[in-house]
Amino acid sequence: MLKGQQSWVFTNRPMITSTGVTGGPFEANGNLAEDFDRLYEDLWLEQDSYEKAQRVLLEDAIDIALKKANLNKEQIDFLFAGDLINQITPSSFAARTAQIPYFGLFGACSTSMEGLALASFVINNQGAKKVLTGASSHNAATEKQFRYPTEYGGQKPPTAQWTVTGAGVALVQENQPGQKNPVITSATIGKVVDMGLSDPFNMGGAMAPAAADTITAHFRDLEIDPSHYDLIITGDLGRIGHDTLAELLKKSGLNIQKGQLADCGLLIYKEDQPVQAGASGAGCSATVLYGHLLNQLKQGKYKRILLAATGALLSPLSFQQKESIPCIAHAVAIEMNN
Amino acid sequence: MAGKKNTTPEQQQYQQLQQKHEKKRPVLKNCIKAFFIGGLICTIGQAISYFYIYFFNFTEQSVGNPTVATMVFLSMLLTGFGVYDRLGQFAGAGSAVPVTGFGNAVISAAIEHRTEGFVLGVGGNMFKLAGSVLLFGVFAAFVVALIKTLLGIWGGI
Repeated sequence: MLKGQQSWVFTNRPMITSTGVTGGPFEANGNLAEDFDRLYEDLWLEQDSYEKAQRVLLEDAIDIALKKANLNKEQIDFLFAGDLINQITPSSFAARTAQIPYFGLFGACSTSMEGLALASFVINNQGAKKVLTGASSHNAATEKQFRYPTEYGGQKPPTAQWTVTGAGVALVQENQPGQKNPVITSATIGKVVDMGLSDPFNMGGAMAPAAADTITAHFRDLEIDPSHYDLIITGDLGRIGHDTLAELLKKSGLNIQKGQLADCGLLIYKEDQPVQAGASGAGCSATVLYGHLLNQLKQGKYKRILLAATGALLSPLSFQQKESIPCIAHAVAIEMNN
Repeated sequence: MAGKKNTTPEQQQYQQLQQKHEKKRPVLKNCIKAFFIGGLICTIGQAISYFYIYFFNFTEQSVGNPTVATMVFLSMLLTGFGVYDRLGQFAGAGSAVPVTGFGNAVISAAIEHRTEGFVLGVGGNMFKLAGSVLLFGVFAAFVVALIKTLLGIWGGI
């Protein structure tokens, strides 16, 4: 049901019944290693290219989610997935393996929540019974496309972020009363916001206004107060974007308590890992939400959370042509079924 | 970057706000690190030059070629073993400016695109980063040589 300008309220409360989360060696040394279902010791994942390795990350995450739910691929109606690589080949190739009817999405690092919002909408409105949604990224494959070769000795500035190697997949289905699982209650779809920043080594600074726009729109549309949520968490703003967002939200008059605002990109790695301003990538919000945050919800640490995943919609070509970086954010609200 | 492009007042206001939170590059610290690591790499190069002069039949004029080849070879090993990019993050220009940095730019691109095959991958992308150094380096050398030649003809220097 549409509420306000750009939000959906899911009155049938679609449920996340299973998840699959995979990660690479850098994530295995990180802060949230225990929340991953499978961690790989090698960036190559026994494949002969990084792009193939990323496909395997997603394929394995899908398999794990299905296995946990005791379901076959044939029982899944749709797959919503996307990533950062040209023409989203890792997701499409994983969909070829899965043989599940497929929607390929591109929203850069906001793809995870774009997929979850769409999957929830389809389930809420009886468009399907069981839907898989997910996003993936691979550090070396993304660096190769957007920046320099992995072994090139260029110095990254302190505003740069580290692309997560990982994939997160969720199985969304109709609400089953009595089951203790997280449910999706609402979603806000973001507008593209461009504040004229053009430094590809400062994504957080470019994406913060998009996050602020979507989060304020969410509270306006749903006519609720930030105190409704225990945690308002962004996808991959990193240190600079996170601090900027906190100031933007304060200026917009939203009353957000200290500690109520967090960022997936600041949670996933340890302080001493050389990631500069934090983590980024389509796999960042997907792995942190479907792994760590849902576990915390199930353990009762949080009752309700709002995740706003941010994406920078640039291409290597657009920034070489000196275009600024347009950004987007999609927010999804999740709580425990009671 | 604000001011150079056509930005709206709203964008300018945001960029100012964002600037407050943006971490600046530690320029002085980076310069000091670059000075010492760059100096160290050049000292190693000098030691290799002396090695070739004392143990082989090279002169100060002819020792450049084997020294550069040795330095690039060492850079190749360090790039292949994944050490040079870490050195680069620490030393910045210190490891990028010497010839080892040039070697690293060529070799890292060659390794990166190995998965696309030898012809289109390695061959087509090897000079992706270093190509502009070669182009403008050769062109600058041509311009300087042209000026020198013309001065020689007209000025009798």
